Formats: sequence, structure tokens, C-alpha cells
Amino acid sequence: MYLHNRLNNQNKFFQKIKDLDFILLFSILLLGIISLGTMYSTDGGQILFHTKSHLSKFLIFTLLMLIVSFFNIKFWFSLSYIFYFIVILMLIWTINFGITASGSKRWLDLYFINIQPSELMKIFIILCLAKYFHRKRLENVNSFYSVIISSIIIFLPMSLVIIQPDLGTSILISISGIIVLWFAGFNHKYFFYSFLFSVLSLPFIISFLKPYQKLRVLTFLNPDRDPLGAGYQIIQSKIAVGSGGLFGKGFLQGTQSYLEFLPEKHTDFIFTLFSEEFGFVGSVFLLLLYAVIIYRVIKIGTISRSYFARLFCYSFGASLFVYIVINMSMVLGLLPIVGSPLPIMSYGGSSMLATMIGFGIVMSAKIHSTQSIA
Amino acid sequence: MISQSDNVLKLNSINRRMFILAAAKVIILGGIVSRLFFLQVKENKKYLTLSDKNRIREWKLPPVRGNFEDYFGNNIAGNFEAYQLHLIPEEVENFRYTINRIKNILQLSEKQFQKILKKKKEIKSWETLIVASNLTWENFSKINNNLYDLNGVKPVISISRNYPYKEYYTHVLGYVSQANEQDILLNENIKEKFVQGLKVGKTGLEKTFENDLIGSNSIERYEVNAYGRRISQLAFQKGDQGKTIKLTIDTEVQKLANELLTDKAGSICVMDIFTGHVIAMHSSPSFDPNQFVFGISQDNWQLIRNNPMKPLVNKSLSGNYSPGSTIKPIVALSALENKIINTKFKVHCKGHKNPLELYGQTYHCWKKEGHGFMDLREAMKQSCDSYFYEVARRLGVDKLSETAKKFGLGENVFGNLFNNEKNGLVPSTQWKKNALGRNWLLGETIITGIGQGYIQTTPIQLCLMTAQIANGGHKIYPKLIIDNNNDKEDKFMPLVNHTNNIKIVQDAMFSSTNEIRGTSYRSRIDDKKYQFAGKTGTAQVKRITEKDRELDLETSEIPYEERDHALYVAFGPYKNPRYAVSILVEHGGSGSSVAAPLAKKLFKKIIDRHEIRKNFETKKYLNI
Repeated sequence: MYLHNRLNNQNKFFQKIKDLDFILLFSILLLGIISLGTMYSTDGGQILFHTKSHLSKFLIFTLLMLIVSFFNIKFWFSLSYIFYFIVILMLIWTINFGITASGSKRWLDLYFINIQPSELMKIFIILCLAKYFHRKRLENVNSFYSVIISSIIIFLPMSLVIIQPDLGTSILISISGIIVLWFAGFNHKYFFYSFLFSVLSLPFIISFLKPYQKLRVLTFLNPDRDPLGAGYQIIQSKIAVGSGGLFGKGFLQGTQSYLEFLPEKHTDFIFTLFSEEFGFVGSVFLLLLYAVIIYRVIKIGTISRSYFARLFCYSFGASLFVYIVINMSMVLGLLPIVGSPLPIMSYGGSSMLATMIGFGIVMSAKIHSTQSIA
Repeated sequence: MISQSDNVLKLNSINRRMFILAAAKVIILGGIVSRLFFLQVKENKKYLTLSDKNRIREWKLPPVRGNFEDYFGNNIAGNFEAYQLHLIPEEVENFRYTINRIKNILQLSEKQFQKILKKKKEIKSWETLIVASNLTWENFSKINNNLYDLNGVKPVISISRNYPYKEYYTHVLGYVSQANEQDILLNENIKEKFVQGLKVGKTGLEKTFENDLIGSNSIERYEVNAYGRRISQLAFQKGDQGKTIKLTIDTEVQKLANELLTDKAGSICVMDIFTGHVIAMHSSPSFDPNQFVFGISQDNWQLIRNNPMKPLVNKSLSGNYSPGSTIKPIVALSALENKIINTKFKVHCKGHKNPLELYGQTYHCWKKEGHGFMDLREAMKQSCDSYFYEVARRLGVDKLSETAKKFGLGENVFGNLFNNEKNGLVPSTQWKKNALGRNWLLGETIITGIGQGYIQTTPIQLCLMTAQIANGGHKIYPKLIIDNNNDKEDKFMPLVNHTNNIKIVQDAMFSSTNEIRGTSYRSRIDDKKYQFAGKTGTAQVKRITEKDRELDLETSEIPYEERDHALYVAFGPYKNPRYAVSILVEHGGSGSSVAAPLAKKLFKKIIDRHEIRKNFETKKYLNI
């Protein structure tokens, strides 16, 4: 069905370029430029490893996003389960043969690239569940069978990621999944009861946490407990953001990062550095840029004819929002520290790859918005 | 498969939920923005300070200590550039290796090496460890040549205390040494300015004027990274050197005092009888205070500590001695003032064989054969004890003590200037009752008349006493520091009722030095310019027994500890007195043979220097 003849393809290609969502595209490109600038600053105002690597990844993945977008949304629909299982297999592979770094196995060596399958799962779980619910009748959504199936779809990757162990990513994966469930029309009472259940079982869960995770929770509740140890990251991060002021210290002038007070400044704490150098105004601008991107993603959802595309766009937009909020809340001291990158901004190929694939599918939905899926 | 209507239902449901979520998103976004606002705008100041605290670190450098100058502006305690080797353990990658390299380069002994390791354990890893505090130029350049191999080691040129005149001024200035915990606890100023290697005054004026001398720290402000490594210097705030303190002492005279007392234990004090300026004040033996600046070695310390001549005691100020016959001018003056005697009053001295006997005690004159009939002038000249026994008996101890106190005995001379200055003791009946709870005995009055018994004086007190006799009986306040403090109101207040009485005493002292049979006749100077008048004293250290009297040993035959102290007080030039001198030689023997000859050499110098001192003063005023 998706194999067209060559001539037809040629015409369609230009049509597809015309149908791209340019607001979204330019927003992503702008975000990419900002992230490159910030990366340049983390390298101490020089073009070093991180900047170069980030630039090449950004270029490659932007291209990939465009390629993804040119494929018909139906193509992605048909491959959703397969992708999901591939990533599940990768996760299993990671647990057995992954690269061990700082006590957890998160990375998979694919010879030409090291990849973090758990990051990819953030996208493919949405894709998989979107396909699952696309075929469900509304009245069957809350049936016992579908609740069980969708729970398995979520719990399988989640538990595989927890084993690594990587609590932060596994929470993000489950949140992405839950978002899809919610959009799909799961009864509110499920959310309510499961929320109640998790709150009640919280003390029980905490007793199962690893010591360093417990420490993170305790540190979040009182960072001054151990200002040079567990509380160091969050205290320094708050100092960096707070000292930025209204207009920031200026590009390349962030003393907190320049003098290496900031931990993980390339990845999870990249927003801290940006906020220190560009201040409140810059931070709000960045937030607005993200808001525009999310708005466009949702907008594309609303114009999509197919339920699958719409569910995917809404869920992806909401997931993006959650990633951003969790990352920012973390660096601003509103949440305990969990490893969660800021989409596009943070250094890290897998996260960017996953996000770009997501954007690609959204673009594909835009280009093929009139496409209905049986 | 899916009916059209179902699809519509599903789309409705999803859109409805999308709006709910969108609303939630807006609220959460608002929350994030307000958090940003709170941190970056509202709390900005707080975090800015914290950020600066993170990145800016200050290093205090040791302050440069103020100088001491003598009267003529010569530097008597200054600073020199010491070559030092500093090391911050934290910044050294391989401490073991580095310290062993240094050990080899400097050829440190095992003992010194262990000391450094011990010191390292005592300090925090980011504090400066002073590996060597005073390197020779040779070793310093060796270190500099090997710096490539000594990561984190810093050769430093540091300013350190230097006493160019070595032992000359030790007892006046005291010395400085490494500040210890007690110094820091007792002095807020030291606490505030403390850095590793800070030297503070331990004794003498160095300690007294610590707060003036210490100066203020230079401050280096650096930007540091999270690991404490210095990135760039932001500011250098130069500290002020401590105040310069000017003394009244003349180094030339001080030097002579040192030379005169070489190999002797004793003290020489010289004072201007009008201004109260102390021209020289020396206690012998002395020691080189430079040894203490970088910490004295145990061997040298034991040498100083165990010296039987007690170099650590400042004899001029803290030595309590019986004044012996040097008290006689005061006894005579007191008797004259109280009209107990007049110049005609005579006593018959019969010598050893016929001692004065009172209430079962015998009182001997020093002269075996006796002096015969003595009047005041003759008794003073020949220092006849019998005469003064009788005068004291008639005078009574209370009247004597009143006069003695007026002339500065029994009370410390410099007030709070030195914490080791002694008060001496001028006994009275009241004093004995209070202090010992017993009644005064007449016999005690009698021996007080020749400066024995309870009475105790310090050399500087004797000098002040002599100065006030020399200036015609006017009160003066001895000064060691030239400052702008106004003279006390009662300066030059007359201490005697009849000036003539002073003249009589002065004349008697003149005869003692310049007339035949005078006890210090051999030490006289006939030249009117240098002529001086004085009184010898020989203070017994132990009671002379009958056996001793029979043996009548020479000084050299008596054990050192039991020999008499030799004293001499004098003023000159006689025609126009300007300076008073007190000389004490511990266990030196008799005042006339040991102490008085020193005065002869001293007065030559003092009076020669007087001209220069006067010119210096007038010139100083002209310059203004």
C-alpha cells in the first residue's frame, strides 16, 4: 500500500516538503542552536569534544527527523509493535551485555554507536500504546483485558530499566505510558486509585530503595544535610540559577559552571548553566520556546485525522512537557534528583535520538494529516 | 473494523482530556516560572553572595611588623627578607615523593625531617606548611633549580624579624617568635591577623606594643574553582606595616654597657635626669634574640636556660637586690629633711673589734680598724656603716621609707610597660605588720640604714633615685619610648623641703668619688667635663658570720653564689648634672673595685654623646 511508483513519489516529495510544519521545524532548529551555544559554554568557551559531538548528533538526528517525517504515518503505525519489541530485546541485551558505567548497565555497544535503549523506550512505548488503543473501541478501553495488556506493555520495559538500575528513566517511561492511557480514555478512577495506592505504599517503596536513592530523597527534603556530599549538586545548582538574576551573568560568564562548581553541567544540569548565563529573561524565553514546540505538537494532533496520530501527538507533547518539567523542577530544587535529561538541550545521543524520532513521527502526522488508518 | 460513530466518540474523549491536561500544563508552567522568579529575582542577592563565596577566596599574608628605632633613628629591630619554602599539602600530588626530594636537596637531618612531617599532621591540608623558614641563598637557588620536579612547592621571600644589634637590646625589646595557641587566645588582634608563620612578641616591648607593631595583613583575593585551585588573582590589598616605635636609648651607650658587662652578670642603667629618657638599659648576660625568630634549637635553648648567670632574667627591671650602701644618700637626705641630724653631727666608728651593740645584736662597720669620728660628708665618702646605723636608729624606718618612696623606690618605674618589672620593697613598720604579721624590730631599722635587710630595689629604681637626687630633688618620669604623650602634671615637683639638703648629699657623693679616701676615688675623672659623683654599694648575699669575718677572704676565694653584689650609683657631670647611672654586678665583689670603674668608662661615653644628642634634638626642631 505504501509502495508507490517512482514518478508519483517525485511529485509527492516536494509536496511533502511544503507540508512540513515550519514553525515546529524552526523552533527545533532554534532550540538546537541554543543548545549548541550552551554546550560551547560548558566547554569553557571553546569548541571541544562536547560541542563537536553535540553538533554532529544534532545535524544527523535532524536529518533523521526529516527522513522519518517523509514516511507515511501508516508506515510507523504498522511498525509500532515491532519497534517496541526490538527495544525490549535491546533492553534485555543491555542487562546481560551492557556497558557498566558508574554502577549501572545502561548502555548498549552497537559497534559504531553506544546507545541507551531506555531512552528510546520513552518514544516507542507511546507508539506501541497508541497503536494498541487505536484499534480499541471506547467501551472496550476500560475492559479488564485491555487494562491488563496495557499494564504489561508499561511494566515490562519499566522493570527492565529498573533492573539496570535507572529509576529516573523507568519513571519517565511509565509516565509516558500512563499519559497514553489517560488520553486513550482510561477511567479516572484507575488513576485515582493507583495514585492513592502509590501514596499509601510510598513508605514501603522507600524501604526498597537503594541507599543512594534514599539519600537523594532525604537530600531533597533538606539539601543542607550534607552540603558537600549528597546536597552538593542541588545547592550549587540553586546558587547558579539564583545568582543569574534577571538578565544573567552573560554568555560564557557563568562562574558556577566555568569554575566547575556545577556537576553534570553537560547533561541533567544544562538548564542551570543556561539560566546562570541568561538569567530569568533567558530562562523564560527557553520555556516559551519549549511551549511553542509542545503547542505545535498538540496542534498537529488536533488536525490529524487518524486516532493513532492524534493519540501519539497528544501523548508525545504531554511527555515532552513532563520531561521538561521534571528536569527543571529537579535543578530548581522542587523535586529530588532523578536522572532526567532536558530534551534536545542536554548532551546525550540516545535522548536526542528518541526526541527527534518523536518529532519525526509528529511531522509525518502533519504531512499525512489527512491519512486515515483503518 | 471501528465504526465511524465510535471514532467520533473516541476523538471527543481524547480532545476533552487534552484540554484538561493543557490547563494543568499551563498551571505547572506558571509554577516553574514563579520558582525561577523567586530564585533569580527575589532571592538573587542571596545567591549572588553565595556564588561569590564559592568562587572568591582570600589569602591573608603575614603582616609586616613595625620597626624599633633608637633615639637617633637607627633601626634596632627591623625586618629582613627570609628565603622560605612553603607547601600546601593539598596541592601536592605526591607528598611523600616531594618531601623526600626536598629532604635530599636541602640535606635535612632525620630529626628536622620528622619535625616537618609532624607539623604536616597538625595543619589542615589546605593550610600552608612551612617546610623551611630561613634558607640560605645557596639552598634557595638549589630549590629554584629543581622546581620542575617539585610540583606544588613554593619558594617564598618572606619578611621576617631581624635584630641587627643582636644581644644588645634583648632585654629591652624582648624577642618575637612563632605565635602559639596561647598568644592567639589572649590577644584578639593576633587572632584576627593570624596566618601560618606569624611572629609575635613574646617578651619585652615587642610584647607590650604587639598591637601597634603587628601591622595589617596584605590580602590576596583569588578566583578559585570548585577544587580550590587558584584561577586568577582578582585583587591585592596591601597591608600596612606596623607602627615604628622610637626609643630614647642611644645605641652607642647601650653598646658600651654591653661591652662593660661582658662575662659578668649584672645591669647598667643610664638616665637623663631632666627628661627621664633612659639612655641605656642593659642586663647581662644577654642572648641573641634572632635565634628565636624561627624557633630556637633545643640545644641552644638549654644553653640559655641553664646558664647560672640567668640570661633570661632582665636584671635591670626584675632583679630585686639589697641596695647596700647606695641607699645611704637617701638615708642621709631623709635624716636631714627630718632634721634628725645636721652636717655637724658626728658618730664615732670603732671598727670590727668594737661593734655597735644594741639589744644583744652586734652591728659591724665594714672597716676592721674603724673610721674614727665621722660627720655626714666623711661617712658618705668612706661609706661608714656605723654612722648610718646611728642615723637610721635616730631616724626610724617609717620616715626613711617615706623619703625612699618619694624618690621612686618600692614602686615599679615603667608602670605597665613591662610585665616582668618588679616593685622592689621599701619596708615600714606597717608593711611588716601587714605582710609578716610581726612587729618591727629596731635592729631591722639599723640594717635598713645600710641597705640590708628587707629593703629591695631594682637597678632601674636606683638609677631613678640617683637621677632625682642629681636634678635637685625633682620628680621625673623615666621614659623609654618617645611618644606624644604629655608629661605628667607633677613632673619636676620638688621632692624635698630644703634644696640645701640635696646639695649636701650631692656634695657628699662628690667627695666619695673625687676625694682621697673616697670609696670610688680610684674611678674618678678629674676633667671637669666628665667629673661625676657617686656612691658605691656592696650588698651582702648572705649573713656574714664571725667565722667569715675572721677568714676575711678575697672575693675570688668565695663560691660564686655567695659573693657580694657590687653596686654603684652616680651622676655627672658634677658641675652641671645631666645623667644618672646605676651599675650592678651580681656576685662581683665590692662596689668600689668592680662597679665604680665601669662608671668611669661609661661617663666618658655618655657625656661625649650628650653633645651629639643635644644637636640632634635641636636639629630635629629646626626641621619642623
